[in-house]
Amino acid sequence: MSYIANTVAQQREMLKVCGASSIKELFSDIPENLAPKSFSLHAGKSELEVYTMLSGLASQNYSHLINFMGGGFYEHFIPAAVDALAGRSEFYTAYTPYQPELSQGTLQAIYEYQTDICRLTAMEVSNASLYDGGTALYEACQMAIRATQRPRVIVDGGVNPIYRKMLYTYTANLSIDFHEIPVSHGQSDREKVFAALDDRTAAVILQNPNFFGVIDDHSDIVATCHAKGILVIQSVYPIAMALLKPPGEIGVDIATGEGQSLGLPLSFGGPYLGFMATSKKLVRKMPGRLVGRTTDAQGRQGFVLTLQAREQHIRREKATSNICTNEALCALRAHAYLSLLGKEGLKKVATLCLNKAHYAKERVKAIPDVKVMESSPTFNEFTVLLPIDAAEAAGKMIEQGFAPGFPLGRYYPGMENYLLVAVTEKRTKYEIGSFAETLEHVLKNV
Amino acid sequence: MSKSPSPGDRKFTKTHEWVKIEGGKAIVGISGHAQEALGDITFIELPAIGKKVNKAESCSVIESVKAASDIYAPVSGEIAEVNTSLETAPEVINKDPYQRGWLFSIKNFDAADVSGLMDAAAYDAFVESEK
Repeated sequence: MSYIANTVAQQREMLKVCGASSIKELFSDIPENLAPKSFSLHAGKSELEVYTMLSGLASQNYSHLINFMGGGFYEHFIPAAVDALAGRSEFYTAYTPYQPELSQGTLQAIYEYQTDICRLTAMEVSNASLYDGGTALYEACQMAIRATQRPRVIVDGGVNPIYRKMLYTYTANLSIDFHEIPVSHGQSDREKVFAALDDRTAAVILQNPNFFGVIDDHSDIVATCHAKGILVIQSVYPIAMALLKPPGEIGVDIATGEGQSLGLPLSFGGPYLGFMATSKKLVRKMPGRLVGRTTDAQGRQGFVLTLQAREQHIRREKATSNICTNEALCALRAHAYLSLLGKEGLKKVATLCLNKAHYAKERVKAIPDVKVMESSPTFNEFTVLLPIDAAEAAGKMIEQGFAPGFPLGRYYPGMENYLLVAVTEKRTKYEIGSFAETLEHVLKNV
Repeated sequence: MSKSPSPGDRKFTKTHEWVKIEGGKAIVGISGHAQEALGDITFIELPAIGKKVNKAESCSVIESVKAASDIYAPVSGEIAEVNTSLETAPEVINKDPYQRGWLFSIKNFDAADVSGLMDAAAYDAFVESEK
C-alpha cells in the first residue's frame, strides 16, 4: 500500500496552488549541499516481512531481566483490565474534551482521576494531569513563583536528579535563583534548609520518599516555611501514599509526582503521567486542565472543563502554563488501576513493596563487603555501598539476567560505588534470594 | 444600544480603569463599558495592601466567564485599601462598577499621573472610536 495519502492528481493541484511546477521546485530553497542525497528507503515490504523485522528488533530488548531498577519509575503489576479499558476506542481515540456535550465519558474519567489524586495526596484540588513527574515539578515551581512573586527556590538534594535536570532545563532562560541543599544522612538537611530561607524565597521543593528511598516527615519544614510566607512543594511516590503521611496532612501547598506506577508500563520512558494537586486557595494559580462536576439546565449531572480562563487558549501568553495538554489516556489508566485495586488493594501493594524491600535489604546486607545505608527509614528502595564501581557491577549483573538497580555515580559525583535498589510487589522471595546470591558471586569474581 | 455617559467626577485610562480622587487617595475601578465587555465577573485577584505599583503596570486580575484580564494601575503609588467584599461577591463589579464595585485605592500617588488621564467625555469618545 501507499503510505502517502494523496494521488498524483492531488499533488499537481496542490503544487499549482503553491505556484511550483514540481515537488523538487517546492523544496528548491534547500541548498544542494544540505539536501539529502538519498532517503535510503527500503522498497515496499509485505506485512509478514515488516512483522518479522520489527519482532527481530524488539527481541533485542533486554526485557527478560529481573528488575530491581527504580529511581522514580517502578515495575508494578498491571491488571489486564487496565489495558482492556484504556484500549476502548471511546477513550483511545478521543481528543481534547472542549465540547462537553460530546465528551462526557472522557470528562467523567478525568474528574474521577482528579478525585483519586486528591484522595491519594489528601489535597483539595487536582488538575487533569501533566506530562510526567518532572514537568509537574517544574510547573509547581512556576506556580509558587507566580503565587508569591518571589524569585528564589530551594531544592532539596533528595529530589530525583532527573526531575531536577528537567527543572533547570525548562527554566534555563528565566531568572530563577535556585539553591540546592544536599541531603544529610539521606534526609533533608534541616539546618541548611532553614538557614537558606529568606524573604526572597518562593518555595522549597522536597520529595517523599526521596530519591534514595528515604521516608521523611517534612512537617517541621512546612511549618517553618509557612511562618515566612514560603510555599512547600512535595513530589511523592503515589504507591507509597497508601502507607505514608500524604502531603495534604502535613500542610504541603503543592503536591506533584510521577503517576507511572499507577497502571502504566515502563515503556522505555513514556508516555508517563504527571500529577499535581493543591489547595483551593491556590487553584487559580494551578496550570493545566481542570474538570468540574455540574448540573445541566434540567438538573442532570454533567462534567465540564472549568476555570479555563487561566489557560492559554484564553489567556494567551499570560496563561498559567504554555504546556496546554494533559495525559488523558494515561490518567484514565491510573484511574482504572486505582479503581480495580481499591483502597485496601493499594495498601496491600504498598505493604508488599515495603516488606519485600526490607527482606532484600537483609539479604544484601549479609553479602561480605557490601554495606546497606541504614541511617534513615526507607520504603521500597534503598542505597547499597559496593566494594567496586556500581556501574561495573550492574554490567555484570545484567549478564546474569538482573537489572540490579541504578548506579548513583551518574548523578551524584563521588557516589560511584553506590547502587540504588528498588523492590516492587512483583519480585518473589526466590528472585530476591537469587539476586543477592548472584550479586555476591559477581563481587567475588571481580 | 443607548448608553448613559460615564460619570464626570472621575478620570479614565485607555485600558478602561477609572480613578476618583477622594481624601488624598486615588480610588480605582473598571468602567461600565469594561464590565459589560467582560461579561459576568466570577473572580478577582486583588493586590496586596502596601504593594508599590507603577502606572500602566498590571496589578490585579479580573476573571469573567469570557476571559481573565489584567487591571493596570492608572497612577503610580502604593496600594492603600482593597475592596475585600469583592472576593466573595465579584458580581458587584457588574452591578455597580462606579460605587460598590471599586477595586482598590492608591496612596502617595503623583498628581501629574492623574491629570494625564481622559475625562468622561474623552473616554466615551475613545470607547466609541474603538468600536
